[in-house]
Amino acid sequence: MTWFKKPKQKLVSQKRELAADVWVKCDGCGEILYERRLGENAHVCPECGHHFRIPAGEYIALLLDDGFLEEFDTNLRSADPLGFVDSKPYTERVDAAIEKMGPADAIRTGRGRLDDRDVYLGAMDFGFIGGSMGSVVGEKIRRLADRATEEGSPLILISASGGARMQEGIFSLMQMAKTAAALERLAEDGNPYISILTHPTTGGVTASYAMLGDVILSEPEALIGFAGPRVIKETIRQDLPDGFQRAEFLLAHGMVDRIVPRVEMKPVLSTLLHHMC
Amino acid sequence: MEENANLERPEAAAGLSRYERVKLARHQERPFTIDYVSDLFSEFIELHGDRNFRDDPAIVGGWANFRGRSVMVIGQQKGRDMKENVHRNFGSPHPEGYRKAERLMRMAEKFGKPVVTFVDTQGAYPGIGAEERGQAEAIARNLFVMAGLRTPIISCVIGEGGSGGALGIAVADRVLMLENAIYSVISPEGCAAILWRSRDEAERAAEALKLTATDLLDLGVIDELVSEPAGGAHVDPGGAAEHLGEALARHLDELRAIDVEELVLSRREKYYGMGRWEEVPTE
Ligand SMILES: [Zn+2]
Repeated sequence: MTWFKKPKQKLVSQKRELAADVWVKCDGCGEILYERRLGENAHVCPECGHHFRIPAGEYIALLLDDGFLEEFDTNLRSADPLGFVDSKPYTERVDAAIEKMGPADAIRTGRGRLDDRDVYLGAMDFGFIGGSMGSVVGEKIRRLADRATEEGSPLILISASGGARMQEGIFSLMQMAKTAAALERLAEDGNPYISILTHPTTGGVTASYAMLGDVILSEPEALIGFAGPRVIKETIRQDLPDGFQRAEFLLAHGMVDRIVPRVEMKPVLSTLLHHMC
Repeated sequence: MEENANLERPEAAAGLSRYERVKLARHQERPFTIDYVSDLFSEFIELHGDRNFRDDPAIVGGWANFRGRSVMVIGQQKGRDMKENVHRNFGSPHPEGYRKAERLMRMAEKFGKPVVTFVDTQGAYPGIGAEERGQAEAIARNLFVMAGLRTPIISCVIGEGGSGGALGIAVADRVLMLENAIYSVISPEGCAAILWRSRDEAERAAEALKLTATDLLDLGVIDELVSEPAGGAHVDPGGAAEHLGEALARHLDELRAIDVEELVLSRREKYYGMGRWEEVPTE
């Protein structure tokens, strides 16, 4: 059992101190914001409500009691089953991502408490190779879902992903089937699964666990889709409608249950779990 | 020209590059789902529609008789000419296609009959309507349903196994793959465009992705490579069907002998085993 903490604690806190004096421009309204103030508001713009992307650790801190996650399977590391090399070897990409983000790959998983209830939670890191799903992400979700099944506890997954990790070829595709199989087992035993979609959630992640929640929540304005907008535009050779593939579009088309601002996510989860457990 | 000449030469099949296999898998004269259904099955009754939005002609399905027994067949269907391709959307399904497939699989389960699927698509269609109607959800639902379906499932990759759109009907107890079929997380062209920033690098991407039947057998992702007649399935469609029929019969017999609860458990275990990772010592 390990307490959740950011890797390379010292480096991160140094960066934080620096960041505290930094101004950032909001992508939503263009307002110049004080980074410290933004951090106090869960990285949601106080002016326009734009949700800045946050790392998994910050989401965990936001949702779990005392910000505490008993983290699982931190020792899994991507293998290189195809010996994949594009502009650089896949192993070097993984090394660089670990250097930047820590060893958890694109998802942190573990057990924590949400308003005094045991939950099994996974939160993805878009910063780790675009939040792409390779064998490690699939295996961590599989183990997490199986633990939730064995303990009869709810599962919560927070997605942020560009899709499958193509450097793992067919194995990345098979993670879609693997995670779906684990969720099927979880559901068979009557355990709740809540899926939270954040910007962006696309490709093989959307087409597997992200869309399989009993309840599917989304952050406002998150891009959610199967195909990316660029691919669709190239295929149909038309401009895409305003707001296409945004959370509000999915809500209107019946694909998600609710849009929940980040700061309301914990109380909404708490109430949902109260009804479902 | 040189490459095309090579593809037509029967004796060349063994020495093909991966990208040449990609071209064979996409060959316009290659047998499609309905060709295998007519060669291998009798009493095929096609069933239409997802009971929700419309019938998707990019996926066909229905009851059929395979060597004296009823099975549910489902497959992606490409068109033979431009007119049929427009009708069938070049074999790229919309969500309603996957939902029709789900309905038919549930029906097979209800009546205790096996499911046989034929995979042949460049991928699920990326379009506005497809996204509006939940392409991702439709595929995800099928993965979930197939993972727990209480009846045998055999999938045959006969041409292009294009990513999630292929997998959406290919979670199975046994996955068979024709010698010149391909199966990949992304098309070589799509991969090249992203990683090499040029679709012209598709040959390199095909090599890197390891998407041939031989590759996937080596990687343990498919259960059997089904050989094609010399020169490829399009040279002798009847011969290809004969090889596939033999393998199908053998696997169906094996699966029928397994108790259905055990079958579902071992299917789950099979997918649980998919992936490659290392366990490193923690600090
Ligand atoms: Zn703003």
